[in-house]
Amino acid sequence: MAAPASDRLILPRYRRDPEGTHPPLGSPGYGSTRLRHPKQPLVLLPQKLTEVTGPLLGPGRVGAHDNDLTVQHDGEPQGQRIIVHGRLLDSDGRPIPDSLVEIWQANAGGRYRHTGDNWPSPIDPNFTGVGRTVTDSAGRYEFTTIKPGAYPWRNHDNAWRPAHIHFSVFGQAFPQRLVTQMYFPDDPLFFQDPIFNSVPDEKARQRMISRYDHSRTTDHWALAFEWDIVVRGREQSVFEDEEDE
Amino acid sequence: MSTPSQTVGPYLAIGLPWEDGPTVVSAGTPGAVWIRGTVYDGNGDVVPDALVETWQADPDGRFDHPDDPRGRVPGFRGFGRCPTGSDGTYGILTQVPGALQGQAPHIDVSVFARGLLNRVVTRIYFADKAAENAADEVLRSVPEERRHTLVAQKTEDGYRFDVRLQGEGETVFFDV
Ligand SMILES: [Fe+3]
Repeated sequence: MAAPASDRLILPRYRRDPEGTHPPLGSPGYGSTRLRHPKQPLVLLPQKLTEVTGPLLGPGRVGAHDNDLTVQHDGEPQGQRIIVHGRLLDSDGRPIPDSLVEIWQANAGGRYRHTGDNWPSPIDPNFTGVGRTVTDSAGRYEFTTIKPGAYPWRNHDNAWRPAHIHFSVFGQAFPQRLVTQMYFPDDPLFFQDPIFNSVPDEKARQRMISRYDHSRTTDHWALAFEWDIVVRGREQSVFEDEEDE
Repeated sequence: MSTPSQTVGPYLAIGLPWEDGPTVVSAGTPGAVWIRGTVYDGNGDVVPDALVETWQADPDGRFDHPDDPRGRVPGFRGFGRCPTGSDGTYGILTQVPGALQGQAPHIDVSVFARGLLNRVVTRIYFADKAAENAADEVLRSVPEERRHTLVAQKTEDGYRFDVRLQGEGETVFFDV
């Protein structure tokens, strides 16, 4: 028996990204994937109510200086002060307002404030490297921070990560959850980085690189970089019949 | 066109954990249960630098979200987040979600870690909901011999749900 209209659920649906947009989980050039990527095929999960909703996290998660990583200590951190700004959008260009954006990064010398990071580059007592903000009504976010340095790792001989800032966003639904890294234009280290190069599609890879923004660069103060974060777009709503009890 | 995913790397612990992340509901909430587990790699070694996130309905099967077509129910955060410790374990304090839309009660899970270039997504079902699980469309779409990897087992203070990223007993992961 068909369910009466009042029992039918109208759910949005989130479009899948084109092949090559995201890195394959097994990526031989990046050694740490070897024992951590699933080998069984993924099972297709239909988008039901749990999958088309998601945590709406925003105000209340962010403190006064969370979007300015240069004023979180008594003194100023070392390094090049930068403004990083842009929009959180879906792939149809719709801005996502009131949404939490979290970042973490190394200091100007390429060192993280983490007990596991002990390569010979100094800790900066005035830099934690953690920021949070909430997008405004037009989906805009902005951080003031320090340009992170490159850092070495043990993946391959003389391996260095290009300078990057780690970004975490939620969007408005579970399929839009994204953790990624923002890179800087013309980094000479891209050619040897298996994490940056794990993204198969060349155009998709370019979308991780910020743009130098002279219009927002502030005289005698800070260089600016612009970077939009794009998450999966919504398809037209579909009807989902509630199963008969 | 979407921005590609990248790994959280080895230092997510400086940026992502929240003090109240593991508590979807506060201690003392009636019906609160701990969902605890260990994340393992393909060698069977624990993964001490992962982050487990959960998303779920409230005990009535409703969401604090405008796209819940039955109307938004404010107040239940529904979201949990816990980094794994040096022993690879995590714990989330929550309430068992209600059944919804003809589905057995379930929690959606994302796991992030160094070595994962994208999150992996799985679902937690509950061993004591056997009849509902047997009728669940998503669970039934999973090869029978692998379904048990999605079912949390009852413990003294809640449930146990381990995540095996690879190899023997590999957890079923979904393409959402
Ligand atoms: Fe990093």
